[in-house]
Amino acid sequence: MDVSWYIVLSALIFCTGLAGVLSRRNPLVVLLSLELLLNAGNLALVAFSRMWGNADGQIFALVVMVVAACEVVVGLGVIVAMYRNRIPIDVDEMSELRG
Amino acid sequence: MDVLEGICFFIAALLAVGGAAGVVLLRNPFFSVLALVLHLLALATLFLLLHAQFLAAAQIIVYAGAVMVLYLFVAAYVGGGDEPFMPSGPLLTLAPFFAAALFAELAIAALGSGLSAINSEGAKIDPGFGGPAQFGELLLKRFLIPFETASYLLLIAAVGAVVLARRRRGLEHLDEEAGI
Repeated sequence: MDVSWYIVLSALIFCTGLAGVLSRRNPLVVLLSLELLLNAGNLALVAFSRMWGNADGQIFALVVMVVAACEVVVGLGVIVAMYRNRIPIDVDEMSELRG
Repeated sequence: MDVLEGICFFIAALLAVGGAAGVVLLRNPFFSVLALVLHLLALATLFLLLHAQFLAAAQIIVYAGAVMVLYLFVAAYVGGGDEPFMPSGPLLTLAPFFAAALFAELAIAALGSGLSAINSEGAKIDPGFGGPAQFGELLLKRFLIPFETASYLLLIAAVGAVVLARRRRGLEHLDEEAGI
């Protein structure tokens, strides 16, 4: 398979995730869509790593997975804190930081 | 062999796109998480096709295993705010169109680029490409500092999650207990 197939697939997954981030209101689903974005980036990194025959891109992908795990842990912590403090689980309601 | 690889690619790509669409479109967050698990498994197959064996294993064990269990736990704990893919407000209706436009642009950028290697299978690779041995060598030699930074990042995130999800409101009670 040509590398371009993987790149286009990665672009498609990225745009699906972007639509989810922009239009869903449940913060849990927004986090899941962010995972889609990061995974699309990972797929592109691994595909380009295969294209050059150089494993550096795979190391980058591993670091992206670490960052994604951290993001999940903190994001889910925020959601649980919202739930405990009886804040509605809806990103549109979270507007206290608006200037 | 080449035909088999193509068949594997298209099945995995279909499952990956279907899983991604499921994450965005399904009403119940619980099913969204399950769709993401399907997506991650399909992506691991694609990694295998790209000769990234170690990454595929890490993807299944760390991502589809550990991280998704965390998601499922929180989805079950917080419960379903059943909410469809129905954008509210005039600006949000533009979101799918914006995403489609971005996809068109990215596809044009990728396929119209001057990279001649993008229309090939990729460079010649060693048999050990993407294996644990190569990964370990790169992580401990060339990428030692990113590796150590990643470990600190994980530690900070773990401490942050514990602080965020405490039963008490904040750290004030801790100060009172310590008599400060």
